[in-house]
Order: sequence, then structure tokens, then C-alpha cells
Amino acid sequence: MPDPQTEAQPEAPEPTTGKQAALAHYIGAAGTKLIESECFIDAKWALNELTIEVIPEAIVAVCEAVKHDGYNFFEDLTAVDWYPTEPRFRLAYSILSMGLKKRIRLVARVSGDSPKLDSITGVWPAANFYEREVFDLFGVHFAGHPRLTRIMMPDNWEGHPLRKDYPVEGYR
Amino acid sequence: MAFIDELDKPKTRDTTGATLAGFRNAEDMVIPGVEDVIASSTGHHAPHGTDPVSNQTMILNMGPQHPSTHGVLRLVIELDGETIVSLAPDIGYLHTGIEKTCEAKFYQQVIPLTDRIDYLAPMANNLAYALAVEKLLGLEIPERAQVIRVMFMELMRINSHLVWLGTHAMDIGALTVFLYCFREREQLLRIFEAVSGQRMMTSYIRIGGLALEMPPGLTDSIKTFLDDFPSKIAEYEGLLNNNPIWKSRLQGVGYLTAAEAISLGVTGPPLRASGVDFDLRRDMPYSGYENYQFKVCVSDGCDVWARYIVRMDEMRESVSICHQALTKLAALEGQRIVADAPKIILPDREQMKTQMESLIHHFKIVTEGFAVPAGEATSSIEAPHGMMNYYVVSDGTAKPYRVHMRNADFANLQALETMCKGKLIADVVAVIGSIDIVLGAIDR
Repeated sequence: MPDPQTEAQPEAPEPTTGKQAALAHYIGAAGTKLIESECFIDAKWALNELTIEVIPEAIVAVCEAVKHDGYNFFEDLTAVDWYPTEPRFRLAYSILSMGLKKRIRLVARVSGDSPKLDSITGVWPAANFYEREVFDLFGVHFAGHPRLTRIMMPDNWEGHPLRKDYPVEGYR
Repeated sequence: MAFIDELDKPKTRDTTGATLAGFRNAEDMVIPGVEDVIASSTGHHAPHGTDPVSNQTMILNMGPQHPSTHGVLRLVIELDGETIVSLAPDIGYLHTGIEKTCEAKFYQQVIPLTDRIDYLAPMANNLAYALAVEKLLGLEIPERAQVIRVMFMELMRINSHLVWLGTHAMDIGALTVFLYCFREREQLLRIFEAVSGQRMMTSYIRIGGLALEMPPGLTDSIKTFLDDFPSKIAEYEGLLNNNPIWKSRLQGVGYLTAAEAISLGVTGPPLRASGVDFDLRRDMPYSGYENYQFKVCVSDGCDVWARYIVRMDEMRESVSICHQALTKLAALEGQRIVADAPKIILPDREQMKTQMESLIHHFKIVTEGFAVPAGEATSSIEAPHGMMNYYVVSDGTAKPYRVHMRNADFANLQALETMCKGKLIADVVAVIGSIDIVLGAIDR
């Protein structure tokens, strides 16, 4: 459904990056406060998807804030390894609002040496398996996770296969 | 954080009206690991002495070869008599590193890999991946291709639900239903074979459209199947609905409330059977689903029986959507089935052999692939098992930098412990059947 307001003023280009983009596309009081706070780093509106980058230390508080705004459903958590740039790991949390019928992507970057951030299993228990998967395949630690063990690979496996410096054929 | 302290904390209210207050805490709902279950059991052992039998729990390994775990799922169960004290799924036996393999392939070469993820609905995987890449490329898909996609998505849903019903009923002890379901599934597999050349690993939906034109006469055989199928659903229900064993094994078993389902990331029929009215086809439509009339099947039962009812109704709705798609298809005769993008989509053989330019495009696509603009995109579809998301990250080259699949099965499995705790071991079999997992989608 096209929004009648945006149709009326087609000249004004929508902001696609930064705080303005986040404020233009995010609905909710707690999240707006978050965007104005020191936790916010950057945002991007592209391909009809809103990505908000936050500082990794604040991820639990940020998840609670968006949950408060009606983003009630944790969909997905994964990481992308941007080796050799630093901070190396880019974690993407996909959160859905069943009421607003919208999703946002929360992004936190963590560095390559001893990558670590807080577990959000206290906010959404659904994150349990997803955090274990990221730990297993990328080696990112989640502080406060009830039992952070390998989930896909055997327990005695060496290395984290989805890292870019891990060869596709494995170590031989 | 300062901004969160100002919020009135306790009401974690979701849109369905259910509250987490009064239920278990979020921390309590995190399912234990295998070691937790074993540790818990040793903790429950009474000291050797007076009565060695009472106060003892037993650890039981179910799977990975157990037939009722529908693949290579291993469950470690702590039992007190026949009652489940705690339970932990152990997965990874089918982990083949598909996500890693994707990073070494061209974009178009990933399609056959996606077939192998949820192998009961390969076209759903093809579609979710294609939608994500098409989003990055900004491709317009012709309406005819979209209608065919929707039609095959619904046939895939019937296909997947038939396997679910057959194996679920077989676990409960009704072997006949399995044979009936596979009889109809065979007709569907013939349709898939006719359209793509493959019974299961179809790779039919490609980036930018479809692989091949439908062979002449296929719409007639699809129509024959659709006309016949509602009577078959009635046949299955005739075998099951009034069957006292089926009823007593399903009703009131595997209870999962709406709030629990949402907290645990459950999607698809199990979510709708817990009374949450959410279906991506209607709420966040893709591939033109907004142009079809269908009912989203919801039940308030929250148990295994409700999931059975929801899936049976979904099959009927799928038949209706397929009929609508066939009607639309008749009006779209002659339209292309691929987008107008010669540098991305392989030309057909005729053109490739007769036109120099097509030959060059063909050579380029096959040897070098095609570059996709840098960025990230998520596609989300309502697959037979629930929400299926593909997250594709491009760095501007011809190979995906990262492909991640979010399959409903992986998250739905987390709800198993909540549904089984404190219940009987026989119920575990019914509950596993009701969440309808495919281990290919869980382990990837």
C-alpha cells in the first residue's frame, strides 16, 4: 500500500543513512530513545529493510527496547566475517513485529581477538540455538548464555568453519 | 542503559494479547544441553544404601537412528519411570556445511544446494534464495513466473504435509495412512518430474524466474490432481478423525501456549495452532500472494491435535490457491517466465545456438557468473514448516559473501522441551511428529 503522504511530496528524497533514516523508518518510543542515545552508531535504509547498528555492549538493552516497541519475535541471528578488516565480525539480529508487520535488523560489530558480547537469551529464549550456532561456526562468545557449546560440529572440533580464514575443504 | 530504565519494565506484552507474566521466565525456557540433562540425572541419584530403586532417574538416548525422530535427531531424555524430567536435543549429525559451500559457488550455482536443505519442499528453498538475490539485483519478475511459483509453492506445501501426515500417523500406529499419503505424493512427484526433470531436487525456481517452460498438458494433470485431492483429504480424515487411538494420543498432548511459542521462535503451523494468527503469505506477501483469496488456518487448541487440524485445513486452502493460480495462468498464456536480464539469466538453447550475443552471454554467465551489487538482503517466505528466511550478503563479486538460512525447523525444535517436560515418553513421539521437522533444514 503506497503511503499517501509520501506520494504527495515526491521531491523530498528520503534519508537512507544515519540517524535521520532510522528515525524516519522506526516506529516506537523506546527505540527512538535508543536512536537518540549513545548506543546508536549508524543506520541504513536500503531495499525496504532497516538496519540499525548499535554498540555491542548495549545489545541486550537494545533488544529489550525494540521488544517493548512491539518487535515481539526473534527471527534470526547470524554473523558475517569481514576478515581481515576490523572489527571483524558483524552480527545481524533479525527481529520481527507481528503487529506492525515489519522487521528490523540490529547489527553489532565485534573485534577479531576474543570476540564477545552479551547473550540475549534472557530477552528471547529462541536465541539459544542461534547463539550456539554462531559460537560454533564463528567462535563468537556470548556472555550469560546458559550453556555455550558446539551445536553443529563435534565437541572436539578445532577451528570455526564459517570464518573466512578457514579453508573450504577444511584443514588436512 | 539509561533509556531502558525509564520504561515500565514488567509488561512484556506481545501483539497477541498474551503476557509472559505468569508463565515461566525467559531464562527458564532456555532448553538444557545434553550435559545438563546428564548432570541433572546424576544429581537426582539417591545415595547408594537404603532403597536403590526409588529416587532414581534414567538417561535414555533416543536416536539418532530412531525411526520416529524423522531423521538423525538425537534426544537425550532423563526419565523418572515413564515421565520426562528433562530433555535435550542433540543435532549436527547431518551438518554438511552448506553455508560454507555457498561462499565458494557462483550465485546461480547455489540453487541446487538449497534443494538439499528442506528436501521435502525444495522449491520453497529455491524461492527464498531467489527472492533474496533478486532483491539485491532489483529484478522485476514477470507475472506468469510469479503465478507458477505460487502454484508450485502450494503443491510443495501439499507434498510436505503429506509426508508429515503419513509419518506422523505411522508413529502413532496407523500404518494405512502412510500408504494413502504416499500414493498421492507419488502423483505430485510425477508433476515435479514433468516440470523440472527431477522428482525431489527440482532446482526449478531460478534467480530471475524459472528454469523451464511447463510442458504442454501439465496444467491438465495438475487440475486432475487438484480436483481429486479434496476427496483424498476426506479419506485421511475418515481414517483418523474418529479413531479413538489417534484422538487419545493427540488431544491434550504437547501443550504450547501462544506466549511460549513466540518466545521460543516457533513459526508455521505450530504457531497458528497455538492461536497466533500470523501467516507471511497474508501479512507480508511476496510473489503476488496478495492477489489470492485464502483463509489462514488458526486453532486455539495449542496441542498436537490442533496442529493436525491446522495442517489438514492448510492442504485444502492450498488446493484453492492452486485453482486460482491455474485460472490466472490461463489468462497469461504467452508471457515470459524469466525477467528481462540477459546478463543474469541463461538464454534458452535455441537462442544460444543461433545468436552470437546470446552465446557470449551464456559463456560469460557459465564461466564468470554475474556480479551482484554489494549489500545485504533478507527474504522471508511461509514455507510448509514455517518461516523460512534467507540472508544474503554480497560484496559486489559473482560469489555470495555469505548466505544464511533461517529455517523454521531449527527454531521449532527448541520448543520440544517445553512441550514434553513432565509428560510421558510416548508423547515425545507424537510431539516430534507434530512439529514436523526435517533434519536437513536443522543441520544444514
